[in-house]
Amino acid sequence: MSNKIKNRAPKGTMRRVLTYLAGYRIYLALSLLLSLATVALTLWLPVLVGNAIDLIVGKDAVDFDGIFKIFKTAVLVIAATAIFQWLMNVCNNKMTFGIVRNIRNDAFRHLQKVPFSYLDTKKTGDIVSRLIADVDQFSDGLLLGFTQLFTGVMTIVGTLVFMLLIHPGITLVVVLVTPLSLFVAAFIAKRTYHMFKKQSEIRGKETALMEEAIGSHKVVYAFSQQEEMLSRFGELNEQLRDASLQATFFSSITNPSTRFVNSLVYAGVALTGAMLAMGGGGAAITVGELSCFLAYANQYTKPFNEISGVVTELQSALACAARIFEVLDAPTETPDKENATVLTAPEGAVEFRDVSFSYLPEKPLIQHMSLQVSPGQRVAIVGPTGCGKTTVINLLMRFYDVGEGAILIDGTDIRDMTRESLRRSIGMVLQDTVLFSGTVRENIAFAKPDATEAEIVAAAKSAHAHSFIKRLPKGYDTLIGEGGGALSQGQKQLLCISRLMLSPPPLLILDEATSSIDTRTEIRIQKAFTTLMQGRTSFVVAHRLSTIRESDLILVMRDGNIVEQGTHDTLLETNGFYATLYNSQFAKV
Amino acid sequence: MRRIIRFIKSYRKEAVMGPLFKMLEALFELFIPLVVADIIDIGIKNGDSAYILRRCALMVGLGVVGLICSITAQYFSAKAAVGLATDLRFALFAHIGELSHENTDRFGTATLLSRVTADVNQIQTATNLVLRLFLRSPFIVFGAMIMAFTVSPSAALTFVVTIPALSIVIFGIMLISIPMFRRVQAKLDAVLGRTRENLSGARVVRAFVREGESIADFTATNAELTHLQRFTGRFSALLNPLTYVIINVSILVIIWRGGVQVSLGNLTQGEVVALYNYMSQILIELIKLANFIILITKACASGSRINTVFDTQTGLPTYKDTATAQDSTHAVEFRSVSLSYHKNADHALTNISFYANAGETVGIIGGTGSGKSSLVSLIPRLYDVTEGSVTVDGRDVRAFADPQELRAKIGVVPQKAELFAGTVRDNLRFGNENATDEDCREALRAAQALSFVESKEGGLDFMLEQQARNLSGGQKQRLTIARALVRKPEILILDDSASALDYATDAALRAAIAALPYHPTVFIVSQRTASIRHADRIVVLDDGAMVGLGTHKELLNSCAIYREIHESQFGSEEVLA
Repeated sequence: MSNKIKNRAPKGTMRRVLTYLAGYRIYLALSLLLSLATVALTLWLPVLVGNAIDLIVGKDAVDFDGIFKIFKTAVLVIAATAIFQWLMNVCNNKMTFGIVRNIRNDAFRHLQKVPFSYLDTKKTGDIVSRLIADVDQFSDGLLLGFTQLFTGVMTIVGTLVFMLLIHPGITLVVVLVTPLSLFVAAFIAKRTYHMFKKQSEIRGKETALMEEAIGSHKVVYAFSQQEEMLSRFGELNEQLRDASLQATFFSSITNPSTRFVNSLVYAGVALTGAMLAMGGGGAAITVGELSCFLAYANQYTKPFNEISGVVTELQSALACAARIFEVLDAPTETPDKENATVLTAPEGAVEFRDVSFSYLPEKPLIQHMSLQVSPGQRVAIVGPTGCGKTTVINLLMRFYDVGEGAILIDGTDIRDMTRESLRRSIGMVLQDTVLFSGTVRENIAFAKPDATEAEIVAAAKSAHAHSFIKRLPKGYDTLIGEGGGALSQGQKQLLCISRLMLSPPPLLILDEATSSIDTRTEIRIQKAFTTLMQGRTSFVVAHRLSTIRESDLILVMRDGNIVEQGTHDTLLETNGFYATLYNSQFAKV
Repeated sequence: MRRIIRFIKSYRKEAVMGPLFKMLEALFELFIPLVVADIIDIGIKNGDSAYILRRCALMVGLGVVGLICSITAQYFSAKAAVGLATDLRFALFAHIGELSHENTDRFGTATLLSRVTADVNQIQTATNLVLRLFLRSPFIVFGAMIMAFTVSPSAALTFVVTIPALSIVIFGIMLISIPMFRRVQAKLDAVLGRTRENLSGARVVRAFVREGESIADFTATNAELTHLQRFTGRFSALLNPLTYVIINVSILVIIWRGGVQVSLGNLTQGEVVALYNYMSQILIELIKLANFIILITKACASGSRINTVFDTQTGLPTYKDTATAQDSTHAVEFRSVSLSYHKNADHALTNISFYANAGETVGIIGGTGSGKSSLVSLIPRLYDVTEGSVTVDGRDVRAFADPQELRAKIGVVPQKAELFAGTVRDNLRFGNENATDEDCREALRAAQALSFVESKEGGLDFMLEQQARNLSGGQKQRLTIARALVRKPEILILDDSASALDYATDAALRAAIAALPYHPTVFIVSQRTASIRHADRIVVLDDGAMVGLGTHKELLNSCAIYREIHESQFGSEEVLA
């Protein structure tokens, strides 16, 4: 079993869990104390009952006064047990859910600092499932561990002590037979391990298939592939049925088997106890003591079964914890330099000085790129798909740092300023519209939560979003779901633009911002943008020639590099790559 | 819940045998206290060691029979539970496959996935437990009571009070805590939502320097979750102490009343011990039951989540309604078509009529939300018209007995490029299972995708990752176009599917499609007039209504909206030129 722990959770996982526990050490101590008290009281009760039974000897030989006296104590014991047990659960609850909350908060906080190279390579779903499902399972295991492991161990120890006090001989019978149930449990667990592994493998395949089938619902449908998908699913599902049945059945033999061992213990206690009770003399026990012993025999073996269950549960909880800690261990962005300057109200001169960059070292992308943009200029970035346009944005916003060279704003290397001030100075509308669950108003006021109603409406109006917002069921108070919910792509984009309009920063990045907004709305937005871009340095990644043509500088990109720079007219005169691109639009089809 | 329980029907035998054997096992357990009473009252009293030995052997014997029964019961329960889960999963997946696109969008892939996986698993575990425990436990409880009555009716009256009291406590706590657990789950979903949107919107969060606020939001939601969890936990933790108190007080009462009976000479000491043991058996059983109640409540929550999916009507049209349209001589014809997605919703399309002859190209242009996508989705009958009719090859689309027959004629390139994990070839064959490599290459060439596919390692064997993450947006889009072309469709629908392509590629693509030897009827949905200006017919949509129909030149003269769209993209000088 120790082998398995090593396989699943790396060393130190337990230690880290303990550091989270440290903040709750008072509750931990309290919980331990309470469980100790609960166990002791629970074990005392059968003794009291046994004593009472010994006072019931036969006809006209019942000591009612004695029984009454014992019962007065017993009632107190019962009441105290119940209260302690509840308080212990409250402590455990407090600890578990507190620790879980702290881990989630830490992980979330950490995720705000990891670099994009991490976020872009990891699947969102995977990180989310670590933060939600894994933490949840961890908490289940932890809670079970707290409530059952402590009490289990203490019940075993306590029972042993009580039994020894009553009669060492019978105790020996119990101690000798009990380990059998552990052997049986361990044996079955070992045998079923590979069955569970197979089950989760098939389950993984099935999930992957479903993810595609559901995620690409429309495509499956349009190509009439439902039957095919369903039959592939059905096939895996049947495999899963077989694997699950095996795993479930064989692992469920554990319970009856250990229970059988328990009944052996019980019979053994009854036999030796009865023989001793019969024999009389120094080693003899009373009938009351025997009944007490029988009650113990039941109690003593139960925690063993529970503990073996808890251990498996704790193992998987630790495995989950390890997966969460992996997120927490992800490297963070290099922190801002100590003497980093704060970029305030920049004029907007941007320079790329001999910049080289690549996402993967073996695949160089941007090489020795140089570029000078004067304040207030409008730069259009054009080029075929995948030529590195979005990379330029990644670098400018410092989502990624340049490999070589430097990017300067107003003559200062952007790595020498705080990320916060840099990003506050640049407004961005991305190709993928990103909205957050909340009201329309909250989404517009994203960058400026304290914006007044008038400011919000003004921003929406200048982005031409006001008219459609007004038509929404609850206007600005309409709740939009995660990712924008029921809004159309164009409407989402209008909201993204409104968000920017609320407090336009001195630099702008527009990444195909208007590509899915209908052209009539776009005309109005273009006008608003023109006003917005007045006096602001702006970078526009666009496919529309009308946008491009009005730019002060056009960067023509190909394979990660700028192949041409200039205005629309000069570039046409050069008759290079840009001219080819431009003319292709009018190619006769 | 009933709908889910109905899935057990196919496993009726197992579902009966499981609990039956479990009860047999319990029955043998119920004899144990009587055996112990005999040992005390006969064996010990008479000093008969041989009798004691025989009785202990009987106990072991009862244990062996119990073990066999129990293992048999486990087998049947596991079979029934796994079977139910398997069938449920299949039915659920099939149902999801038939949900309307709006509904799948509304649920979201992640939610639906967790319904089919986590929630169904929860049901499986719970079913297994119910079959094993939920019947065994009441059986032991009532069995112990009946056995107690055979020992001493007057002392056993205590059981008659105890058992209802216990039931009230257990079911009361269960009834109150189920909605509490549901609230916890809902809060957990909220935390999940916050996490997911923060990650998928990371660029925006950081660009607007909103990390701090995001953390504050998350911490607040998380704190609410913790609060709910603790509250629910404190409440459900009442269960064990309360049952403990009831049982043990009952034990005291039983011993007192038993004592009275012994004093009267109606009962022996051993029988009092037996009564005590029966009460203890009930306690042990109830503790087990209480521990599983949480699991059952969780399963109920899972069940109701699964049910919301089942309750969502499949959005697919039913094929019962009869076709009403007169036969048409055109390849595709729309006659006075109106469409609304819901009964009470506004029309997404209003009174649209146009046609396309075989081999012609129809352009569809209009603003966001003007109904372009709705219009083309009527051709493969992804939705049914509310009024009017759509005909393909002269037949009303509703007259095709099998929608597959209709859709086999049509190649659709959706707005969003969705591809599947697998090789390029697998993805292309999605469109036509029988396509040869040569067919694939031909389609790729027309879709302007051949050169990039061939530059990839393995060419047609190049493995796409899930959601084709290892391709760029433009590459994905070109592959989806190739996928539609592989089936050599009679009708090709390009639903704004060139948006990620640059002008040059877009133009080359249009030229290649025009040169296809099988001359499909092409529908091009676009925002750009450049993509459709050469179409034989252009449909201009505005807010669901057709505001223009004609060629590029005609529309420039006759349709103000079209002219406006065109000028916004080219400026007025080209219009004149």
